[in-house]
Amino acid sequence: MSPADKGHIQPLARNLRQFPELHPPLDSNAALAEANRCLFCFDAPCTAACPTHIDVPRFIKKISTGNLRGSALTILDANILGLSCSRVCPVAVLCEGACVLHRYNQKPIEIGRLQRFAMDRFYEDGAPAGFAAVVSPRTGRVACIGGGPASLACAAELRRQGHRVTIFDNRPLPGGLNTYGVAEYKLRPADSLREVEFVRSLGVEFQHAEVGTLVPIEQLENEYDLIFIGIGLGAMWKLGIPGEDLPGVIDALRFIERYKTAEDFTVNGRVVVIGGGNTAIDAANAARRLGAREVHLVYRRTERQMPAFSFEYHHSKVEGVRFHWLAQPVEIVAADGRVAGVKFIETRLAGSDSGGRPEVIPVAGSYFELPCDLVIPALGQSRFLGSLCESRGIRLNGRSIAVDRPTGETSNPRYYAGGDCVNGGREVVDAVADGRRAALAMTLRMEPKPEAVHG
Amino acid sequence: MADLNTVFAGAIRTPNPFWLASGPPTNSGEQVMRAFDAGWGGAVWKTIGEPIVNTSSRYSSVDWNGQRMMGLNNIELISDRPIEVNLREIAEVKKRYPRHAVIASLMVESTREAWHDIVKRTEDAGADGLELNFGCPHGMSERGMGAAVGQVPEYSCMITEWVKEVARTPVLVKLTPNVTDIRAVARAARRGGADGLSAINTINSITGIDLDTFTPRPNVGGSSAHGGYCGPAVKPIALHLVQQIASDPEVGLPISGIGGIAGWREAAEFILLGATTLQVCTAAMHYGYRIVEDMADGLSHWMDGKGFRSIADFRGLSLTRITEWKHLNLNYQIVARINRETCIGCDLCYVACWDGAHQCIHLDGEGAKGALPAAMEAASRARISTTPIATLDASRALDGRTPPERIPRVDEAECVGCNLCWLVCPVEGCITMAEVGAGRPSQSWDERTAAGG
Ligand SMILES: Cc1cc2nc3c(=O)[nH]c(=O)nc-3n(C[C@H](O)[C@H](O)[C@H](O)COP(=O)(O)O)c2cc1C
Ligand code: SF4
Ligand code: SF4
Repeated sequence: MSPADKGHIQPLARNLRQFPELHPPLDSNAALAEANRCLFCFDAPCTAACPTHIDVPRFIKKISTGNLRGSALTILDANILGLSCSRVCPVAVLCEGACVLHRYNQKPIEIGRLQRFAMDRFYEDGAPAGFAAVVSPRTGRVACIGGGPASLACAAELRRQGHRVTIFDNRPLPGGLNTYGVAEYKLRPADSLREVEFVRSLGVEFQHAEVGTLVPIEQLENEYDLIFIGIGLGAMWKLGIPGEDLPGVIDALRFIERYKTAEDFTVNGRVVVIGGGNTAIDAANAARRLGAREVHLVYRRTERQMPAFSFEYHHSKVEGVRFHWLAQPVEIVAADGRVAGVKFIETRLAGSDSGGRPEVIPVAGSYFELPCDLVIPALGQSRFLGSLCESRGIRLNGRSIAVDRPTGETSNPRYYAGGDCVNGGREVVDAVADGRRAALAMTLRMEPKPEAVHG
Repeated sequence: MADLNTVFAGAIRTPNPFWLASGPPTNSGEQVMRAFDAGWGGAVWKTIGEPIVNTSSRYSSVDWNGQRMMGLNNIELISDRPIEVNLREIAEVKKRYPRHAVIASLMVESTREAWHDIVKRTEDAGADGLELNFGCPHGMSERGMGAAVGQVPEYSCMITEWVKEVARTPVLVKLTPNVTDIRAVARAARRGGADGLSAINTINSITGIDLDTFTPRPNVGGSSAHGGYCGPAVKPIALHLVQQIASDPEVGLPISGIGGIAGWREAAEFILLGATTLQVCTAAMHYGYRIVEDMADGLSHWMDGKGFRSIADFRGLSLTRITEWKHLNLNYQIVARINRETCIGCDLCYVACWDGAHQCIHLDGEGAKGALPAAMEAASRARISTTPIATLDASRALDGRTPPERIPRVDEAECVGCNLCWLVCPVEGCITMAEVGAGRPSQSWDERTAAGG
């Protein structure tokens, strides 16, 4: 049974209602007008800014000439997950941020929405079926560990280069964070899975199995020429304070996954979100939309150090999330065996911003309590690379896998890696770029060595 | 305040030079009266003759870069209403709008009697002038009228003579552009006694083809026929043809300029090349009669700014500045200069110069000669870029200035001053074409060959 047959692919009615799309699609007239605004820059800065280097003006020009299939293929050629990227990319700091029209006192071209327009048409037309799967047949065999964007992009490119690829994913549905972790008003699981099906249609095989337990790593090494690690990050960090395991405490990623997949999941009363990143904000906004009366986001530094994009922060304020700075939790308070509130201590910042972020110092005796019904810690994700990397002699760089950036090659030449487990947690598009670069490098590696020419 | 009152051919008075051209906007008295209310100074009635039957559909257009109707094509014939109805309505309009100009456009079969008859009846109805439609390029020409007359100087001369035998009001001949030399017909009209010329009528065209059915547009039950092209796209052609007849000493007739006029700027251009009045069809079909307000307003403000008190003050001023190529000064030299403050770094000038001109714009800062375009693109595609991490990477955020490496440099020693970069630059005033080596004596091709150089 393919994931498409499972009930999950049907969007949840509640989510369709509570999470209308943040950036609704353009209709064809609006897309045409917008496409015609593009200047068709030479060596366009939007293309350079895109981690996957989609040829932006070329795909936009094709929209303006009515060549929608050509437009979609231009996008997919550089970025096989063009559909999800068109929805989740922080375009304001990528392509649209680089658009020259900013300096002409005009709005930048709405590149993200134009890309979405082309991709939506491509999928609506059932066009994936006609996508040229294999550019040239080859004989390599590659295993990709993890079923998220990095592996999908790597596998798709390897297929197009003619190799055989299998993706091993320990989750019931592939797609990684695209399926389970992106805010519902940006990307629905159904769209993520449409892309997974597209990658499958290129001839990529999927196995629902955990590598290291169900499938021993030695087996992969025996059966495959090269192995790509795209396992993303692990569970979210724990707060490490008393009361953390009480009912009513759920970390941001699990919270997002729950509401995206469970129709009966509801939120009431007061919610406290702890953390200042994009995921904290996604969770806080979702809590509002799911029915929370009040949502308080508490961050131990200030607005200036918050590791979220400023447009996410501003959006969250519009959603009605209240922000509190300079406080960190010391205890989750219980009543009747459930969460009743969070006890915080105020903090101050020490040291300058030069180089790193300022140090957080608790202010002695400055305790206060925020009563609440639900606590959502959002402290970032840990990494579970230890044993795999150690046993295979793969060098780490801090807590990430160390790679050669242009190729994704690790210190063990049979292993390549990309995505969050390498970059520490960036965007979907960064993972796609990593995966594709690795696939091209692996293709070169697997090329039969030309005979030495004598004479 | 500029005075827009105009007199055409000594006898047709009009409160401003803006007339509606013969076509759908002047099909009936009701329309013409609303047009006069909106500010039009005159109207050339939709061509009157034995009523015809039109096809459905009749129009097709060329859209460009999201703009509708850059050019319009039609296969419509002359008026489909009885002659007496048109004449009755002309009389009615003249009675109610005595200060506005009503010119009757006429087309009948090529016999002396037919022309005598229609001229007399039209003038009796009160028309201020007559326009002989020798221009309609489709349909009517198959029946020996319209362009079939306008393409043969002798016929044009002969029919103009017939008309002049009885006409009491000024007679304008409307010229077709579908000839190799428009001056031949213009001179013939002059010989026949015409008092003025209208130019141009529409240009033979096929606007496009439906790529699903393979039927050219407009589609009439699965077939099409060539039509006449007009609208903004034809202005340059019309300006040239107006200049041709305005500069020809053997023509010497007042001109009503037509073709792609949609605003006061085009109006000023036609007048600078010798037109006395202006006629508009497509722009009124596109946006309605209301466009005349800005035509008059904009022209007056421009005239005030230049110190022109009347249309006559600047009519034909640009004619002396059009010469033959062989008289142009070969020692005049300009080069492109880029304003680094306003450049947005689109690098369109760079690729245009490399692929379409003289390879003298470089993207190398002030350093060595630049790489070829393909190498430049390949280099930036090979660069690894990542999404900035919020706050940590904030320093990377663009500060709203163009990255210096994207601002092109013109190699002035190699620049031939062709204008291409200046034409493609999307930022008004960012590239200027500056004169260099001023003061060198002027020398034309003619002079150079005469000097044996
Ligand atoms: C639909 C249509 C019908 C026309 N009918 C006539 C006509 O009956 N007699 C005529 O002399 N010119 C006719 N013309 C030509 C216009 O008077 C005018 O010469 C031409 O459209 C160029 O002007 P423009 O660019 O402002 O449209 C017609 C043009 C159009 C678009
Ligand atoms: S920078 Fe803007 S205008 Fe230039 S090509 Fe990209 S989208 Fe178009
Ligand atoms: S075309 Fe104009 S704005 Fe664009 S790079 Fe050249 S000078 Fe700058």
